[in-house]
Amino acid sequence: MRRVSTTCLLAALWLGVMLLPGHGARADAFADLASPQLGAVTAAISTLAASPDPQAGVALQALGERNLFAAPDGSVYIRHGESYVEARTGQPQASVPEGLKPIRLNNRIRTALAGVQAGRDLLAPQPATRLRAADALYARHDPAMLPLVEHALAVEKDAAVRTRLTEVRAATILGQPPAPDALASRLEAVRALGAVGGAQARGILAGVAGSDAEAPALRHEAQAAVSRIDWHLRAWGVAQNAFYGLSYGSVLLLAATGLAITFGVMGVINMAHGEMMMIGAYVTWMVQQAIRATVPALEPVAILVAIPVAFVVCGALGIVIERGLIRFLYGRPLETLLATWGLSLILQQAVRSIFGPTNIAVQTPGWLSGSVAVGGMDITLNRLAILVFAGLVLGGLMLVLRHTPLGLQMRAVTQNRRMAALMGIRTPRVDALAFGLGAGLAGLAGVAVSQIDNVSPNLGQSYIIDSFMVVVFGGVGNLWGTLAAALALGMGGKVLEPAIGAVSAKIAVLVLVILYIQRHPRGMFPVRGRGVES
Amino acid sequence: MPVTLPHLSRRAFGRLALASSAAAVGGMWRAAPARAAAPSGEPIRVGILHSLSGTMAISETTLKDAMLMLIAEQNRKGGLLGRPLEAVVVDPASNWPLFAEKARQLLSVDKASAVFGCWTSVSRKSVLPVFEELNGILFYPVQYEGQECSRNIFYTGAAPNQQAIPAVDYLLSEDGGGAKRFALVGTDYVYPRTTNQILVNYLKAKGIAEADIMVNYTPFGQSDWQTIVSQIKTFGSAGRKTAVVSTINGDANVPFYKELGNQGISATDIPVMAFSVGEEELAGMDTAPLVGQLAAWNYFESIDTPANTAFIKQWHEFTKNPKRTTNDPMEAHYIGFNMWVQAVTKAGTTDHDRVIDAMIGIRQPNLTGGVAEMLPDHHLTKPVYIGEIQDDGQFSVVWKTPALVPGQAWSPWVPETKNLIGDWSKPIACGNYNTATKTCLGHRHA
Repeated sequence: MRRVSTTCLLAALWLGVMLLPGHGARADAFADLASPQLGAVTAAISTLAASPDPQAGVALQALGERNLFAAPDGSVYIRHGESYVEARTGQPQASVPEGLKPIRLNNRIRTALAGVQAGRDLLAPQPATRLRAADALYARHDPAMLPLVEHALAVEKDAAVRTRLTEVRAATILGQPPAPDALASRLEAVRALGAVGGAQARGILAGVAGSDAEAPALRHEAQAAVSRIDWHLRAWGVAQNAFYGLSYGSVLLLAATGLAITFGVMGVINMAHGEMMMIGAYVTWMVQQAIRATVPALEPVAILVAIPVAFVVCGALGIVIERGLIRFLYGRPLETLLATWGLSLILQQAVRSIFGPTNIAVQTPGWLSGSVAVGGMDITLNRLAILVFAGLVLGGLMLVLRHTPLGLQMRAVTQNRRMAALMGIRTPRVDALAFGLGAGLAGLAGVAVSQIDNVSPNLGQSYIIDSFMVVVFGGVGNLWGTLAAALALGMGGKVLEPAIGAVSAKIAVLVLVILYIQRHPRGMFPVRGRGVES
Repeated sequence: MPVTLPHLSRRAFGRLALASSAAAVGGMWRAAPARAAAPSGEPIRVGILHSLSGTMAISETTLKDAMLMLIAEQNRKGGLLGRPLEAVVVDPASNWPLFAEKARQLLSVDKASAVFGCWTSVSRKSVLPVFEELNGILFYPVQYEGQECSRNIFYTGAAPNQQAIPAVDYLLSEDGGGAKRFALVGTDYVYPRTTNQILVNYLKAKGIAEADIMVNYTPFGQSDWQTIVSQIKTFGSAGRKTAVVSTINGDANVPFYKELGNQGISATDIPVMAFSVGEEELAGMDTAPLVGQLAAWNYFESIDTPANTAFIKQWHEFTKNPKRTTNDPMEAHYIGFNMWVQAVTKAGTTDHDRVIDAMIGIRQPNLTGGVAEMLPDHHLTKPVYIGEIQDDGQFSVVWKTPALVPGQAWSPWVPETKNLIGDWSKPIACGNYNTATKTCLGHRHA
């Protein structure tokens, strides 16, 4: 009897502690983080975010990092490396209960956590962090955040953050349901958002303009702002499309420059060109792996190291191929076609046997990821880098052809082989070096392509047709023609794509090229002169 | 290609084509029967019709290995009907007409008692007439677009109502983000087109306006996603929650996800629900920017059940590679093969007609829980899981259907087929029975 009453007393005491304001809610919130009902989890996140308990913030952060674990009895633990602490108290635990499972995350929880994080960061000491938080809140424009935004605005000193916060407030105000007494503030918000512009503001304003619940004056103002933004977006859209075209053209150009040498200048139908690109991409991967294993600090620049390595490896392979195979087949295009096609199959299968048939993961370093906003357009950094790289490669190639002895000899040999030989040029050596140069350029293209496409033994096949198309369309034997053709095909494809879809755009470009080649069989910039006919 | 190559006659291309098919035919061999303990007598032949070369080799080679493992395991357990099983492996080389040729060879020359094979819908469509003509048995292990119900094919992958519809339900739900706008992005061939037709009708029935649905198709192997991702971004900035449903096939997924990451679209902004991205495809990707992107399947390697753990262990031992991943179509073959073993045991013979009749109603536990049952329309009951990509390249399950979902051969969301059912049990015995007019549409079951 005595035992029972003690237990009752203890239970009552415990209940009393639990029901104390603040503590009780918090304690439940910790357990609720592990609830199977996501609604309860998001509610718990809001509760914990509002709580002054420092342990609440730690728990939320652990949840975001998947370091929060729940036991079957409802207790919650944070993992630090190998050890665990109790989430509520922060007490280190010598042993944890059986059946500990990580608390699952999904996009709903992540969104809630991101909101909490942005709310916290809004009062962070660094202006850059506050600006990032303001950007995040602008994208969410959650009406519940309005008091927090107002508070942050009141204490904000930094001008840039203030401007952004004003815009956040405008977006948040318009996210609230319309009320008659809020007309003035809403009108001001519409004007502020109209001045910001961009697709996001347009979305909010279009919502206001289309809502019957809004005042007519407000709807009119919003409609005007939408039209203004639309005009801007269209103008920037054209610029954006031009960039996409340039970028697509630069990839085509890179893929085709090597072929412009082997096929364009030397006249070898090289079906293994794509496989040289594929090998260039695999070299990139190997260089990354080697650098990661030896000097991890240099990993971000591994891609730069891979550029010369890929050039040398593919160039050397090209020379071997020329000496071992191509030189026996000069002047026999059909045999060359079949032999190089067979070679491409051999190279593919060799890579498949060594590295396996699945894609390999070539890392994109941080400085090549993401995008920068230029006015109303987004320039992705990896595409921009490839654009610049393609320009450098083409420029470098021009220099080699014009201003080096090898370039001079190459041009001499292509123009008149017998005469060049009589002048003392060792034509077989020039042939080998020229083929090696073409293969090396394909290797460079492989390095670039590894950043945007998947790297598998099949990589080359998807570029070989486009490469031949560019070289033939531009005019065989003319580098300027290759440049013009690559940009024309890239632009053409990207101008047509938004209008008629990717599939039809591809077909349309192909048909246009066929029609053009029918009329001008030598391409856009044919090489003229006496030597051509022979 | 012909237009771009000067000095190239039509005959040269004939030679090219000839050489390519010769290379493909050369890739056939027969696996020796695994050493069996007890079974003796004439071996029972099991055909394996998966591409071991060409573009589909990346996916299908794994399934060939999985079948060899299952057959070896069965032989260790004493074979079937006291006889050893013998795997007959052929290589259709990702070449659709060659699939039909190889299927004919398996059925009429090798007398295969059952064939396990095909990945793409077009390969299945090309072997279907052969299996119906020669009365063979095909187990098809991949999720597909439905709208087909042949007496000679057992569809062990998901029908649209076992993958696409539950996935969209999840996106519409509050837990899935409560999407109000949908971009349906796919590769341009039969599976995405049919799936998207079903989904558009379903979304409209759920109250999504036509203007809130964007449909986009791209060619196979698309690598330049700039324009399309930017269109999705614009589409998603209209102020209402937007989700992407992706039926993008194979290799094109890597550049697509890379472009999404580079243009700054994360899973919390615009989630992408993929129907063709599995553990195998993620192996070639840096998954850190993809965390939270979704995939719908009936099996994930990460699901922790004793049966699945044992299966993964067996797979690692068989392939001698502790890193090989398992995936959904492998589980489908596991279920299909064990059902066939049960049906042959029940019928006491490998006679095709008797095995086909015995198949209906056979039950086989899934690797991830629940029991798959072969339904009269030759589809299975399956659990549906939604997984989110994790930074370790695996999926973590965030949602599953409360009960097993029975597969529907014909979609109720396509007007022409909404009254059709498949039922190969007596007395209907018809692959396309119209429940309104109570008639069987007859021979064409596809």
